[in-house]
Amino acid sequence: MKTNDMIIQFTAKIVFFIIFFFAIHIFLAGHYTPGGGFVGGLLASSAIVLLVLAFDIKTVRTVIPVNYTTLIGIGLLLALATAAFPMFKGDPFFTHYFDYFTLPLIGKTSLHTAMLFDTGVFLVVVGVTMTIIQTIGEDE
Amino acid sequence: MTILANILIVFFISVGVLFIVVTAIGLIRFPDLYTRAHAASKSATLGVMCILIGVFLYFWLIEGHFNPRILLGVLFLFITGPVGGHIMSRSSYIAGIKPWKGTVKDDLGPEIERMKKEQGIK
Repeated sequence: MKTNDMIIQFTAKIVFFIIFFFAIHIFLAGHYTPGGGFVGGLLASSAIVLLVLAFDIKTVRTVIPVNYTTLIGIGLLLALATAAFPMFKGDPFFTHYFDYFTLPLIGKTSLHTAMLFDTGVFLVVVGVTMTIIQTIGEDE
Repeated sequence: MTILANILIVFFISVGVLFIVVTAIGLIRFPDLYTRAHAASKSATLGVMCILIGVFLYFWLIEGHFNPRILLGVLFLFITGPVGGHIMSRSSYIAGIKPWKGTVKDDLGPEIERMKKEQGIK
């Protein structure tokens, strides 16, 4: 039976942004405080799952046109590239570099290549979770 | 100043714990699902929000650490707690759970019947 889902849809629209920005915050804060790529990826995918629950899979696929299997590939490639890059400079595999930069608006920040590796983890976690949920959800 | 802060923190946390105890008593004492959902979604949300505000004030006033994540948690609970109660009681009504026998007003029943007739179910 089809009913009126206005309340949950409107709530999902607002709560999606809260969860998504919190996921990005957790992801960026991972170096100095608890958090990181894995938790951030799980939170981001749970935000998308909330949209899937409130609307349906087809609507969410048109709103977020991402092929999650490709996302897994991009994430793995990014992690591998970050790990393999020092070999071309003559350093051991998985050597990380960091330096201090002065960015506009933010000021002095330390940028670390572990961040790129974490981005890879984030993308893989989002891709795997969403692939599992979409595959199970579409099974008719 | 510290005494005032302590009084504020103790007040918020005790109010929160009190509301959660009231929720638990309501869950045991109330006769059917809808009154229990009313108790659980309202007072538990308020209780947890009060405890979170107490925690926020403790870290801000005593430890000197401003933590906006707790405020975000308060906002999140304020939005999602009642909506969760709404969705659960609505789905149990559609699944056919009868209200308490002393109920005098049932506006959702005729509306559900009308929806079923429009969509040709039964």
